Amino acid sequence: MAGLLCAIVVIHSYYEPEPTPDRLSSYYDPPIKAGIAMSMAWAVFAMFVGVWVALLLAWPELTFDQPWAGFGRLRPVHTTGVIFGFGGNALIATSFHVMQRTSRARMPDQISPWFVLAGYNLFCILSVSGYFIGITQSKEYAEAEWYADIWLVIVWVTYFVLYIRTIARRKEPHIYVANWYFLAFILVVAILHIVNNIAVPVSIGHAKSYTVWAGVQDAMVQWWYGHNAVAFFLTAGFLGMLYYYLPVRAQRPIFSYRLSILSFWGITFFYMWAGSHHLHYTALPHWVQTLGMTFSVMLLVPSWASAGNALLTLNGAWHRVRDDATLRFMMVAAVFYGLSTFEGSFMAIRPVNSLSHYTDWTVGHVHAGALGWVALITFGSFYTLVPSLWKRERMYSAGLVEVHFWLALAGTLVYVFAMWNSGVIQGLMWRTYTKEGTLAYSFLDSLVAMRPYYVARAFGGILFLAGAIVGSYNIWMTVRAVPQAADTGKDAPQPEKVAVAGE
Amino acid sequence: MEIDHNALVFFSKSWGLLYLGGFAVCVVVYTFWPSNKKRFVRAKESILDPVDKPWQ
Repeated sequence: MAGLLCAIVVIHSYYEPEPTPDRLSSYYDPPIKAGIAMSMAWAVFAMFVGVWVALLLAWPELTFDQPWAGFGRLRPVHTTGVIFGFGGNALIATSFHVMQRTSRARMPDQISPWFVLAGYNLFCILSVSGYFIGITQSKEYAEAEWYADIWLVIVWVTYFVLYIRTIARRKEPHIYVANWYFLAFILVVAILHIVNNIAVPVSIGHAKSYTVWAGVQDAMVQWWYGHNAVAFFLTAGFLGMLYYYLPVRAQRPIFSYRLSILSFWGITFFYMWAGSHHLHYTALPHWVQTLGMTFSVMLLVPSWASAGNALLTLNGAWHRVRDDATLRFMMVAAVFYGLSTFEGSFMAIRPVNSLSHYTDWTVGHVHAGALGWVALITFGSFYTLVPSLWKRERMYSAGLVEVHFWLALAGTLVYVFAMWNSGVIQGLMWRTYTKEGTLAYSFLDSLVAMRPYYVARAFGGILFLAGAIVGSYNIWMTVRAVPQAADTGKDAPQPEKVAVAGE
Repeated sequence: MEIDHNALVFFSKSWGLLYLGGFAVCVVVYTFWPSNKKRFVRAKESILDPVDKPWQ
């Protein structure tokens, strides 16, 4: 089917006129537009599944007796869909934009960006369709089986080569710091993905495989992967977005370029060692746990350097943050980045971890990062990018950007507060002893105590999903709007043309 | 020489620390090297240039 569709596309374009040489005097943007569309489609789908999973915890009968709708299958669909589908497509789209603009060079060819985008989405579909029918490696955030993993390696190497080729064609002598973050994201994710997924399939025609790592080494490799997936997929790439779109939207250069370099190398080299904090109080050697804990605490320095750099860039432009919801998305994202990195360093400390681990506190922490930081910086970047990419004067509706902002912020806060409460209560109930030295509460008691928080969490998720739907509609209507009469040839939003609600 | 657990622990606690320290020094020197300042200032101003065309 896929081959037939490709053949139709190729045959269709065979009769089109030859491309003109003046195409080379502009950037190659169509894959970026497709990437934004894919990203928003994945956001709506995967956040819907997220809400479903959340509802399942409060109302377990919502599986409708279908094996594919159980928590164990829907949960990786949600995580893969939001992290790789929504986040990954957003990273690919914005990196294609940033690498061309900051290099002042067009992409070297028109095939590899489409291969990367389509191939990446094929990987996401292969993974997600597998989870529904019960195919999984049972490694968190790396559930996809060997056939999908090998395909992703091919796509990812093409992505890396494409980025390097564009950078090699650059006309701007200095490589802007956002590119460093994007390149670290691509390179490190390749290393992590390959090492963690080395496995031997049962047979060439069978989906099941067994990892080559054994016992505690397997656990360590998995969490070296898992935490660096947070670090390089969900942080480094999105910091690349922050360092480009925030200054462009605010029309102010980054507060300190030197600080951005120091925080880049700090993050790159500290994060690599932090993964073992996921394995406190396990069979992992004690010194390795301590190493992970120490590096996690040290990480606070480069993390806050980036968050502070972003907020100080806005100093003097706070009136624009007040009036422009797009800039506010990015400002709040930087605040949540600062908050969740502080929380992460704190939770990595062994005695704190003894309370927080295996509880909903961890889930709350992840969502403070994923909703508050990753999703908000993405929406802020998209609202900056969409009008300039489609040559529209502004977004279709500034009011809807406002609505999206408040839905997203309210959803995140409801979610995170619910999980903080439930997590701490859970942790305390599990460690409360009676005078006789027996546990005071059964696991079931703690589960019953969680129910109100699970309902609240699902409500927060619904608010966030509603925001993503409003955002998708707004982007769709912007794309459908009549283009500007003449191409202004300008990328950055003109201060007087930045859409403001109530105008 | 047999590479056992203790050998790896020794390596990471000695050379591992030195290489991170050495690397940190290199990064700080690069960041604060006086002649790099002009380039950094240009880089951060450059992304605000509104012209949306590749340089020929």
